[in-house]
Amino acid sequence: MKITSLEDLENIARKGLKKLNPDNKVRISVGFATCGISVGGDDVFKTFKEKIYERKLNNLELCKTGCIGFCGEEPLVNIKMPGKSIVVLHRVTPNDVDDILQKIENETYEFHKAFFKIDDWDHVTSKIHYGDGYENIPKWNEIKFFKPTKRVVLRNSGIINPEDIDEYIAVGGYRSLYKVIKSMTPDEIIEEVKKSGLRGRGGAGFPTGLKWEFAKKEQSDVKYVICNADEGDPGAYMNRNEMESDPHMIIEGMIIGAYATGATEGIIYIRAEYPLAVERFKKAINDAKKYGLLGEKILGSNFNFDIIVTEGAGAFVCGEETALIASVEGEIGRPRLKPPYPAQKGLWGKPTNINNVETWSNVPVIIAKGGDWFSKLGTQKSPGTKVFSLVGKVKNVGLVEVELGTTIDRIVNYIGNDGVNNGKIKAVQTGGPSGGCIPENLFNTPIDYEHLAAVGSIMGSGGIVVMDDDTCMVDTAKYFLDFSIDESCGKCVSCREGLKHMHDILDDITKGKATFEDIDTLKELAQTVKVTSLCGLGKTASNPVLTTLKYFYKEYEEHVKHKRCFARVCKDLIRYVIAKDECTGCTICAKRCPVNAINGEKGKPHIISQNVCVKCGICYDVCKFNSVKKLSEAIGGEK
Amino acid sequence: MDAKTIDEIIEKYKNPSGMVLGILEEIQNINKYLSKDALIYVSKKINVPFSQLYSVATFYSFFNLNPVGEHIISVCTGTACHVKGAAEILKSLEYLLGITKEESTEDSKFFLTTHDGCFSLNAARCFGCCSMAPVIKVDDKMYGYVTIQNLPKILKEYGWSKK
Ligand SMILES: Cc1cc2nc3c(=O)[nH]c(=O)nc-3n(C[C@H](O)[C@H](O)[C@H](O)COP(=O)(O)O)c2cc1C
Ligand code: SF4
Ligand code: SF4
Ligand code: SF4
Ligand code: FES
Repeated sequence: MKITSLEDLENIARKGLKKLNPDNKVRISVGFATCGISVGGDDVFKTFKEKIYERKLNNLELCKTGCIGFCGEEPLVNIKMPGKSIVVLHRVTPNDVDDILQKIENETYEFHKAFFKIDDWDHVTSKIHYGDGYENIPKWNEIKFFKPTKRVVLRNSGIINPEDIDEYIAVGGYRSLYKVIKSMTPDEIIEEVKKSGLRGRGGAGFPTGLKWEFAKKEQSDVKYVICNADEGDPGAYMNRNEMESDPHMIIEGMIIGAYATGATEGIIYIRAEYPLAVERFKKAINDAKKYGLLGEKILGSNFNFDIIVTEGAGAFVCGEETALIASVEGEIGRPRLKPPYPAQKGLWGKPTNINNVETWSNVPVIIAKGGDWFSKLGTQKSPGTKVFSLVGKVKNVGLVEVELGTTIDRIVNYIGNDGVNNGKIKAVQTGGPSGGCIPENLFNTPIDYEHLAAVGSIMGSGGIVVMDDDTCMVDTAKYFLDFSIDESCGKCVSCREGLKHMHDILDDITKGKATFEDIDTLKELAQTVKVTSLCGLGKTASNPVLTTLKYFYKEYEEHVKHKRCFARVCKDLIRYVIAKDECTGCTICAKRCPVNAINGEKGKPHIISQNVCVKCGICYDVCKFNSVKKLSEAIGGEK
Repeated sequence: MDAKTIDEIIEKYKNPSGMVLGILEEIQNINKYLSKDALIYVSKKINVPFSQLYSVATFYSFFNLNPVGEHIISVCTGTACHVKGAAEILKSLEYLLGITKEESTEDSKFFLTTHDGCFSLNAARCFGCCSMAPVIKVDDKMYGYVTIQNLPKILKEYGWSKK
């Protein structure tokens, strides 16, 4: 069926709403994004399916949903009884399934893994009252993890079934597309996006409306829009979740962008490491085509636009827009000099507009609620919300979407640690290999483009990696350089050779072989590479080095002067020893040591031969009695 | 891989955008690696110079130019996993499988295969499962919250036994 009128859309919305919020059926949905699957969500789903069949529960709908963002509590399962709130259960295992189904059959609903409930939900493009009930279960926004959040991009994540276009339409989806095609000119759309103040979420923060305007101005028979779904930043995974949880919002955004800029073909460039997102996109594109929302004569108009999915092949630099274009063209992904910008000369030499996944996700909302509404979120210079992935040494790992301008402290300590772990956090790293490490005493910094730049970091795609006292900052700087060297395309000498040289110096520092002069050289090199490299990779690769030097100089000093690694990470500066009094002689460590460095009789204290030990740390990890100690004492130098 | 299968794959890519990477990826998904013959065949069929295909295959870390083991183990070495001890996991796997880094392949990608051809081990950059760090992937299955202690258990699922 092809949709051509608002009435058609409303009819499908009614159909979708019956699935999303059935009034005569129980709906169980299992969190089925990669994060949920990898901790057993697929087993939970399978078990539900078998048991529902066994129990002949006909009045029960089982479906998949995306991820609501609280990844640390996965697998999550939503239970929706007719007229009642959605109850979200956490850390569900296959063993819980029988009990859950029993409770549903008996209508007792005392789910012991109940985590929170959802009675009302603001899908932003619509609001839904799901139901009431369950006095004893906290509301979702009473949970600290959710309280400070504002869901715009994640408006449907974890609630709707991402594989069902009807449910997306039920929550107000494709209304913005309808609106622009039936009642707005391309200029009016671009005006609205400009008014919203939306800035690109792929890192650089360039105003989206302006970018669209450039692409629209160009005269050409063919123009392209591209969704940058490469997400190469290690530690950042919000784009993956957005694609897996709500692919249609991205597609709708792209169609609107194509209509505004005059593009006829769209490409989603997505990394090969994300197979589930690829699969969901392909299905979503097909479904949109069946409804006449994509393809020829969209919504009965004269506008034609198609989208294809292209997979990357594991090269971080391909996230850079000119490299990405080369990659789509079947070349190796090497960035080139700008100008010409992609808007002038992009894919196959034609005008091309590239935006990040999350940038596209905001577009339907801006059209639905208006640019003014959007611009009131966040700060004046950085309007809107941003999804951050909060990972590393933090209690509540997951995705948090907050208004820009929220402080690091609020995200890491309030949302992430919920009061525990306090004081143990040493730093956060934002912006991946292009970003910097921010020390705890600067945690009152508001997160937006300008404030992060002021402390030497960047927002990047939104990864926040939390580090505690067990993380060595010199090692961290070295780690990121390692990454950038590996991923450098090798075109510029400064990036190719400079980074290698910096890495060698850092390596010497971690081995206790460097001098203070080396640190000066390191700093100089870092500055040189920053200004002389061609693309963003080389230009920003020094950031982790420069920020750790600035905020954690003491750690560098410890390595150089006292040959000691406070965090006990740097292999050459630590030793493993067994505490004689604490060792039970269980022999486990000796059995697991790969180089037979551990000797001792069963039942008697064991001992590590220091000249044999390769410091792999296995004994430290396997000893159940904590008898193996990791030491880093000052060697040489004055104390 | 026979010519017919490759032809079928090529047939799917009518749009020039993403054609080269798409074809090579599909071949590798079936065959696990890109043989020289397959590259030569594709080069002729789609009219792209062999040298370009070869440089693409070596540039992107996704592609293997040599045969790989029956099961492929990828250890995430992304930031979140690094902070949570990915290096120790990798090291442990090297020891458990009896292979070390020195044996890496000629195109200098870190990719090791056991002598019996049962396992290949490589390092990957983030599967987007950072919340479950440290993460490893065996074939298509992802394992979150991996510890050195439970590595042997995971390997046993794939027929590994301690020598
Ligand atoms: C080395 C490098 C890697 C990048 N990786 C990504 C990425 O993974 N995803 C992304 O959206 N942008 C990435 N970018 C930024 C893009 O080049 C581009 O600015 C962005 O896709 C534009 O979209 P936006 O205006 O919506 O932010 C990267 C840039 C550089 C220099
Ligand atoms: S800065 Fe590095 S990655 Fe960028 S073009 Fe130059 S060599 Fe390539
Ligand atoms: S594992 Fe621990 S307790 Fe057992 S022998 Fe080794 S050091 Fe002693
Ligand atoms: S650190 Fe590794 S090599 Fe050294 S004693 Fe422990 S297990 Fe053996
Ligand atoms: S850092 Fe390991 S999965 Fe992302």
